[in-house]
Amino acid sequence: MKNIVKRILVLSLILVIGILATGCGEEKATINIYNWGDYIDPSVLKDFEKEFNVKVNYNTFATNEDMYISIKKGGTSYDVAFPSDYMIERMIDEDMLEKISKDNIPNLSNIDERFLNLEFDPENDYSVPYMWGTVGIVYNKKMVDDPVDSWNILWNEKYKGQILMLDSQRDSLAVALKKLGYSMNTRSLEELEEAKEELIKQKPLVYAYVGDEVKDLLVGEEAAMAVVWSGDAVAMIRENEDLAYAIPKEGTNLWFDNMVIPKNGNNKKLAEEFINFMQRPEIAARNTDYIGYSTANYKALDLLPEDIVNSEVAYPTDEEIGEREIFKDPKDFLKVYDDIWLEFKAQR
Amino acid sequence: MKMKWTSYPYILWMIIFIVVPLTLILLFSLTVGEEGGIGNLQFTLDNFKRFLDPKYIDVLWISISLALKSTAITLLLGYPMAMIIAGEKPSKRNLMILLFVIPMWMNFLLRTYAWLTLLGKNGFINYILTKLGFAPLNLIYNDRAVLLGMVYNFLPFMVLPIYSVLVKIDNSLIEAAEDLGANKLKVFSRVVFPLSIPGIITGITMVFMPAVSTFVISRLLGGGQYMLIGNLVEQQFLWVGDWHFGSAISIIMMIFILITMAITAKFDTEKEGGGGLW
Repeated sequence: MKNIVKRILVLSLILVIGILATGCGEEKATINIYNWGDYIDPSVLKDFEKEFNVKVNYNTFATNEDMYISIKKGGTSYDVAFPSDYMIERMIDEDMLEKISKDNIPNLSNIDERFLNLEFDPENDYSVPYMWGTVGIVYNKKMVDDPVDSWNILWNEKYKGQILMLDSQRDSLAVALKKLGYSMNTRSLEELEEAKEELIKQKPLVYAYVGDEVKDLLVGEEAAMAVVWSGDAVAMIRENEDLAYAIPKEGTNLWFDNMVIPKNGNNKKLAEEFINFMQRPEIAARNTDYIGYSTANYKALDLLPEDIVNSEVAYPTDEEIGEREIFKDPKDFLKVYDDIWLEFKAQR
Repeated sequence: MKMKWTSYPYILWMIIFIVVPLTLILLFSLTVGEEGGIGNLQFTLDNFKRFLDPKYIDVLWISISLALKSTAITLLLGYPMAMIIAGEKPSKRNLMILLFVIPMWMNFLLRTYAWLTLLGKNGFINYILTKLGFAPLNLIYNDRAVLLGMVYNFLPFMVLPIYSVLVKIDNSLIEAAEDLGANKLKVFSRVVFPLSIPGIITGITMVFMPAVSTFVISRLLGGGQYMLIGNLVEQQFLWVGDWHFGSAISIIMMIFILITMAITAKFDTEKEGGGGLW
């Protein structure tokens, strides 16, 4: 009897170690994809799996910083990731990205030239544009009767407890910096200190600092206004007609989320296949329709409903955007940004 | 004592999942240096010195005071509850304990999310209040909401160990005390309460530990405005990427938990008593 127990124990131990050591021994090739939460039409992944006979391993992140750390230190390998402009710049600098063979991505020709060869990746050697947008204020017309055209409204006592801010370092600091008339890429400690004071002053008025929950809170009319990315505004307005989006006159942040191939990935060929697939007009259109953000793929625009293509929120003209800045990687100044943000967050 | 060979898997398990991670955290907390292998690390106490900054001490202080408050509230609520349950007939008792445990089958995150819809500005509670003609209350995204979340989530950890001790108290002891002329209050203060101390100790540690290190509750119910020590650790690991400083904070937190355990253990007269859950 005892012997049987022993044998079972040994067997199960071997089994457990065996499973841990080998992982799942599947024949199909896998591709690991790392994207923002709520940033793709999930059926697109199924189609890719079917067409290329592969398995897609899909994971999401909430902020650029979060994504950077897991790729840099997390010991995870991803074949395709979706960072934004300043983070792409940092990843290129730190030699974390694979050069993309443009010959393998013929659909690159579907991309609007406005989104190519930007400063953070001058030749698009490392990244392929996915979505773009602005940062502004989404507000409920029933609850806000002042004109919304300036970041100052976020400091208006009248809306105490009805304001939502982004729980994101660069974005919230950018709002405060722009309100003060400084650059959101400032390299001056005094300006950042001032911005921090401004945010601390605002803290009693703020209902919460949130991430993706912002959509539920505004659609459910739990708050009157929020700082959001334009694509989220599109999705929110679709669900609640009383909401509107405004780009403040002091200037907005113009941002781009591109697809990249991290160096620690293990299937570059398949990664390029995936990026090319994502830029097929009908696939890009499906994603755009699903998430509400603005696609960089101009051929996809023809396949989208008119109300989306003509929306000022999703596809503003140059004049409608007005003053704008693109985030740059603070490089050696990053620690100052981190500290300022931490000091602000720890402040009661 | 010679260990049975059947215990080897557990020893292996403990080495891989307890000893090695703890050693790594300690190593990280005592070093600085970028990635690129152990060789590039330099030993230093800077990470701990950095924590002495008032802004971090503040965060630590807030976390500890919130955790102490929630421990006190769960004890005040949980003890009578455990007594009531323990005083019932066995069949009813088991049912009550089952009812108490069922919510814990649900995911912790989900249960905390549920509070968002209850406490929100247009949430269920405010809906009832406005229907009754009262002004809506500001229930969420403040200290009280975080405290409520802690008490709600950790209450079973206080009730269960106290209950399991109370239920094992020999009834003849209580009868003997009554025979000797003790009134109900005296029976409680001289017999029942002292005998239940091991359960209370376990309950306090089981509540205080997760409460002091939580970061989910403060994020969801505190609306990102309340930075607790758990959030600080999370931020260092996930967003800033300073694993050395993050590890140092974890070590400091562990020291505080050890101190509380040492203090509570002092009151624990019966070492072998056991709270049932350990």
